[in-house]
Amino acid sequence: MASSFREVLKSDKFIVTSEIGPPKGTNVEKMLHHIDLLKDKVDALNVTDHQSSVMRFPSIGGCLAIKEHGGEPILQVTCRDRNRLALQAELLFAYTRGITNVLCLTGDAVVVGDHKGAKGVFDLDSAQLLHTIRQMESGKDLGGNDLDGTVAFCAGAIVTPEANPIEPQLIKFEKKVEAGAEFFQTQAIYDLDKFTKFTEYARQFPVKILAGIILLVSAKMAKYMTDNVPGVTVPQNLIDELAAAPKGEAINKGIEIAGRMIATLKKESICHGVHIMAIGKEEVVPDILKAAGLAT
Amino acid sequence: MKSITKQKPFEEIQRQLEGLDRVYIAGCGTCATMTRTGGMDEVVAMRGRLQELGKLVTGWTVIPTACDEMTEAAIKDNDGAIQNAACILAMSCALGVHKLSTYIGKPVLPALDTLFIGVEDSPGCFQEVCAQCGQCVLGETAGICPLTACHKGLLNGPCGGTNNGKCEVDREKDCAWTLIYQRLAEQGRLDLMRRFHSPRDYSTVPRPRMTRIA
Repeated sequence: MASSFREVLKSDKFIVTSEIGPPKGTNVEKMLHHIDLLKDKVDALNVTDHQSSVMRFPSIGGCLAIKEHGGEPILQVTCRDRNRLALQAELLFAYTRGITNVLCLTGDAVVVGDHKGAKGVFDLDSAQLLHTIRQMESGKDLGGNDLDGTVAFCAGAIVTPEANPIEPQLIKFEKKVEAGAEFFQTQAIYDLDKFTKFTEYARQFPVKILAGIILLVSAKMAKYMTDNVPGVTVPQNLIDELAAAPKGEAINKGIEIAGRMIATLKKESICHGVHIMAIGKEEVVPDILKAAGLAT
Repeated sequence: MKSITKQKPFEEIQRQLEGLDRVYIAGCGTCATMTRTGGMDEVVAMRGRLQELGKLVTGWTVIPTACDEMTEAAIKDNDGAIQNAACILAMSCALGVHKLSTYIGKPVLPALDTLFIGVEDSPGCFQEVCAQCGQCVLGETAGICPLTACHKGLLNGPCGGTNNGKCEVDREKDCAWTLIYQRLAEQGRLDLMRRFHSPRDYSTVPRPRMTRIA
């Protein structure tokens, strides 16, 4: 990963990002192993920010580790846990440590996580956070005060291309573009027809779309995703394909499906790249890349 | 305005009353009666439960509107029984507890938790529609408050957690922004939803909030 993520975004390259889940605790060995495994195989690595509202080692800590190991980090920042002072302070700190890619998210609700009694902050929302970054780049903080030393970020956001109804999500998407998002990593997509409709619409905006690829490890997981993850529908043919895999082989089928989808997205130029989320199975991301024909 | 309350778990009421054996109970004839948390029936039932605990209930009343100025007069009418009690158990919203505390030089303990200011959508079903934030945006959101009706209080549209018009925290609850979208679409005013809302100004009416009519 010689070039910065923004340079990659500007190029015609098919972009590949993946994500690192920090540990619940101080044992960072596994996280560092995943970083070493993936840092040279993808264009950038996201580090999740208390994903699903489950308290963990912070995103900024994972990003620093990626930096130290020679990788390109994307700092995930949610609005759930910090008010506008803390968010700006985190951005100042990140910038001074060479972390210059930020993914702005609203954040999951507190009650879905493991500290259900905590206060959800949501002082800002994702569009306002993007706006905050651009304001800080102009040399002023959100209070209108001068910054002694400013920031420059490559900022991104997320979108759910298969949400129902889709229209309110598209309005939010456009607001995020206007607020300064340069790239979008999408919620998991499985229905390429629906996703293609979205990218045809999104093409009018000067942003890069990276399709969210969540590795399916079993038919059970696929059904769970459809039933429980908002805006995600795994088509029945994929569930059947996973169910038909011999015992213990479902994950390999999942790798094959993910690889096949990525290959199609690239071949048919449906989007600008992919964001691979293996959720606990980071070990197999290189296999997904191989299955997609993106690595040897 | 309706102050929506629910009765505290009885164990908590019992804990508050530890060491206080003589109790006067005050209900409220307005909101708490409507929500069936502090009307006459509930006050009488509470008296029975406290007596079972071995407490002496020196008297009880249902004040017409506990948060009202008339509460002072209602208290005076019951002065003997109140003086005879070690504390007052208030079966009203927190406004009533506040008011009673200003008139009575004895501990006033809440028997209810005050949940929100709400409206009765259908009989017995109360809904919070206003968070009394001090910066009304209803003109731009088709009369549905995103600060109140959206779990995260988002001002710029839905989060990614919405699914089929429902909220990620509760499949029974509507996604506020889906409702706002639908209503604005019907009104031909979707341009309002495209407008960027800056972060809210929480200094507009800082706590403790107070206002005087000029």
